[in-house]
Amino acid sequence: MNFSEVFKQTNQLCKVSPDGKYLATCVQYRLVVRDVSTLQILQLYTCLDQVSHMEWSSDSLFILCAMYNRGLVQVWSLEQPDWHCKIDEGSIGLVSSRWSPDGRHILNTTEFHLRVTVWSLCTKAVSYIKYPKACQKGIDFSRDGRYMALAERRDCKDYVCVFVCDDWHLLRHFETETQDLAGLEWSPNGCVLAVWDSCLEYKVLLYSLDGRLLSTYSAYEWSLGVKSVSWSPSSQFLAIGSYDEKVRILNHITWKKITQFEHPAIIDNTKATVYKEAEKRPGVGSDEMPLHNITMGATLFNTQSKYEICPLPVQIPVVKPDPDRASPKIGISVLAFSSDSRYLATKNDNMATAVWVWDMQKMSLEAVLEQTSAVRCFQWDPLRPRLALCAGNTKLYLWSPGGCVSVQVPTEGGFQVQSLNWHCSGDSLILLGKEQLCLCYMDTDQEDKFKGTRCRLLECSFFLSGLKHSQQTQHSS
Amino acid sequence: MPESSTVKDVLSSSVECRTSPLRRFSLSALHRNSLGVFCSEDNVQECLSHISQEVSSFGLRPAWTEPGSGSELNIVAALNCMYDLIQLHRRGLRTLENMEVEQLKSNSNVDFLQLSTTRLKEQLEISKRENTGLLERERQLQLKVKSLQNCLKNEKEEVQKLQNVIASRASQYNHEMKRKEREFNKLKERLNQLLVDKKEKKQAIDVLNNIGRADGKRSLWKTEKMEAKHEGEMYKTLLSDYDTRQRELQLENAELRKVLQQMKKDMVSILSSRKPAAKGDKHEHGGTQAASEEEDDEAFDSSKESVELYCVHAREKLTNSIRLQWRRLKSHVERLDSQVSSAQTGESKSTDAVPRETHEEEMDRLKLEIQQCKDFIQAQQQLLQQLSSPCDEETASLLSDCYMLQEKERLGDEWKTLEEQRKIFERERRNFTEAAIRLSHERKAFEEDRATWLKHQFLNLSPFSDSKKPSLSKSKSAFLISAETDSSAAVAPEKFIKHRSESPRCVPLTSPSTADLYRTLCLIPEDSSTKPKRKTEHVEESSVFCGNAPVRHKRWDGIQDRTLSQEKNSSI
Repeated sequence: MNFSEVFKQTNQLCKVSPDGKYLATCVQYRLVVRDVSTLQILQLYTCLDQVSHMEWSSDSLFILCAMYNRGLVQVWSLEQPDWHCKIDEGSIGLVSSRWSPDGRHILNTTEFHLRVTVWSLCTKAVSYIKYPKACQKGIDFSRDGRYMALAERRDCKDYVCVFVCDDWHLLRHFETETQDLAGLEWSPNGCVLAVWDSCLEYKVLLYSLDGRLLSTYSAYEWSLGVKSVSWSPSSQFLAIGSYDEKVRILNHITWKKITQFEHPAIIDNTKATVYKEAEKRPGVGSDEMPLHNITMGATLFNTQSKYEICPLPVQIPVVKPDPDRASPKIGISVLAFSSDSRYLATKNDNMATAVWVWDMQKMSLEAVLEQTSAVRCFQWDPLRPRLALCAGNTKLYLWSPGGCVSVQVPTEGGFQVQSLNWHCSGDSLILLGKEQLCLCYMDTDQEDKFKGTRCRLLECSFFLSGLKHSQQTQHSS
Repeated sequence: MPESSTVKDVLSSSVECRTSPLRRFSLSALHRNSLGVFCSEDNVQECLSHISQEVSSFGLRPAWTEPGSGSELNIVAALNCMYDLIQLHRRGLRTLENMEVEQLKSNSNVDFLQLSTTRLKEQLEISKRENTGLLERERQLQLKVKSLQNCLKNEKEEVQKLQNVIASRASQYNHEMKRKEREFNKLKERLNQLLVDKKEKKQAIDVLNNIGRADGKRSLWKTEKMEAKHEGEMYKTLLSDYDTRQRELQLENAELRKVLQQMKKDMVSILSSRKPAAKGDKHEHGGTQAASEEEDDEAFDSSKESVELYCVHAREKLTNSIRLQWRRLKSHVERLDSQVSSAQTGESKSTDAVPRETHEEEMDRLKLEIQQCKDFIQAQQQLLQQLSSPCDEETASLLSDCYMLQEKERLGDEWKTLEEQRKIFERERRNFTEAAIRLSHERKAFEEDRATWLKHQFLNLSPFSDSKKPSLSKSKSAFLISAETDSSAAVAPEKFIKHRSESPRCVPLTSPSTADLYRTLCLIPEDSSTKPKRKTEHVEESSVFCGNAPVRHKRWDGIQDRTLSQEKNSSI
């Protein structure tokens, strides 16, 4: 595993183009576009103000930079550096800006959710969509980019609008059976729309593309309900995380619950492996890896860590949420399926240090990663069943069915990983610190090692197989 | 002491009662009482009549039967009378005593009863007090319950009220929220209007030059056709989705069907392989099984063809046949299970696979045993304690007596057997002596015979004496025979009897004594009591045969003696 040098960024604005060739980062008011393979700067754009939001168009030709303070959106072309486009929302304000899936329209949500303005870059035409609902996830495009679902609120009732993205034709418009719609999400195949109510009521509604209500699911009443919803990439499962610290899995044929995953504080499931991150000072327990220490001179002052397999049962640290405060820190807030729909990673908010990985074939707990600090972010490899996670420290953690590793990010000045993004090829990871970023290259092939095109790469101690082996022996003993 | 006083009273009253006739008498005989005595020379008659009166009043016979006899006092009658009086007096005294005792007893009873009454009264008092206390407490508790019920009711009401409040507030809030939302919407509208109206800072897009669409096509007009097209596309996507789903399901179904087929095949093979083995018990199912099997095979074949056809009928057939097979397999497995379990129970109970019931039975049995053992131990302990405690000496002595008695009996029995043996020895000894005497007699006779014979021989030492010899030898032989019979007079019949009556283990004996000894050694006491009599009879006969009177006499006497002594011995 190799690491690139560190680059600056602000607001964690750093994105790889959808085709995987370019890396765009914002530094204050500047937009920098680099070649992913060489990390050389290809283009440099200067915006009018500090960028709040940046997004690639789907064809990787344009980059959108939104400055919410100013109500401005600037669009840059990669092919034509001279080309520019500026959209001014004026005094009506701007809270959100995004590309339409075709990459030729920009959807701006104005302040107070007054309306959604659709700007066409082709015709300069502008159209408005009224009554958008201010909620957790009010807009969602289908995976194929053909349809857009928009949550609407008018006359104190919730509606869903389905637009054809081609010409913004309103295809369907229907009222939903929700008290206060909180979000909607298309299934990956674009045929089913999941709609869920606000946390006051546990209610998940499933609508067909043509607006028919397919099914309604409610696990319980009265207490706080749905916290997060996620489709499996195969559209086969719908995972619903809720405030009762459980994940319920619905199937796509009957829309009934197949199973539910609980997140107990004491894990005694013998089928699950619990990896506990153990920190150690480099000077103390260095006899195990003397060679690595030499190579890791840069991180001499950082604590090293490794995973140990804990004998069951294991007690996971639990933080009791304050009952008086709104939106308590409890329940499943993040759900993520692996790209092959085989695994599901979850995080329970009152067990902030643990990530749970579930096997969707066996419908059981596969592994639990117990970190020393709270998990900030985790993401699945877009191609392989491999989970990368970060915990706001200088380490990157990786889980795969074979094992689990912790890797020190070998950079100067205490690079703390706040967030991470996979490259679409799954070969590299973009690690985002507070004001820095760094690329991490996975050793997928042997030849990658000898490419030698990367500049100033630092060797890192990542011997997955060896570690796995040691863990296994530990496990067996 | 109240009792003693009452007793005295009773005594005094009785004394008064008794003295009252005397007082009556004293009125008339007061003047004669100057001498201080009841009777004097002068008033004998009067006294007599008085006494007789008195006596008759007691219901006794008068002391003198004939009043005409005058002053002559019948002493016997007087004495009798006196005796009767004394008896009466004694009886009276005894009854008095008894009465006194009774009085005492009843007094103490009265006392006891009084005491118990007072105690009971106290108890009654106490219980009354308790009762009142309890009643009071009950009242208090009831009051408490009432108050608590009131509280509960109040609380319930409160809850209801609060719920109402919450509900009303919720509805109020909802209403408010809706109002606010409406206002908010109105404001939004207004703002929107204002912003639209306000021209100074207009929303604007500033593009250097328009870019083409991503697909390179021109955008199309919004027309009915387009709408229709969108609808069509939507339905197309939906259709394609359903298509893919159906295909997936079909695939899955095919897979499942394949699995079913496989299963069925396996089942059929398993069942057919066990068929020859189970042929024996097949008759219990009868011909129905065979028929269904045939049907099965047919269904199996038809389903085999129809895997590709997905015809409903075939599917049904397949599932039905599978179900049937499955049922059969299940029953088979169950039977096997039951067999195994029964075999296990039959074989050994110690194995782990023994059914639960036997386990339980065993457990119950063992528990019962343990209980019994415990009881036994307890009983033993109790007995031990009783033995060790000094208060139970009597029982101990009784027990020891029992043991002693047993021992005595046993010893007595032994004594008896020994006695019998002794008798037998005695008898034998006598036999010996008799035999010895007989022997000496015979020897003497023999000596005499020899002497005569020698004398004869000596006298007949002539050359012609050879003709005489046989007669002599004959006589001798006859004598010898008689002597032999004489010598074995008691033996031969004995032997004879032996052979007749005894078991063949008894070897023929040469002398009666050894036979007897043998008998005693064999310890046949019942024979010993019966044989001597028979012996005597035979001996008699034999003696009659041989005609030897003195010997016979002697023998007879001896035998009589022996029987006598036998009786004596038994009596000793």
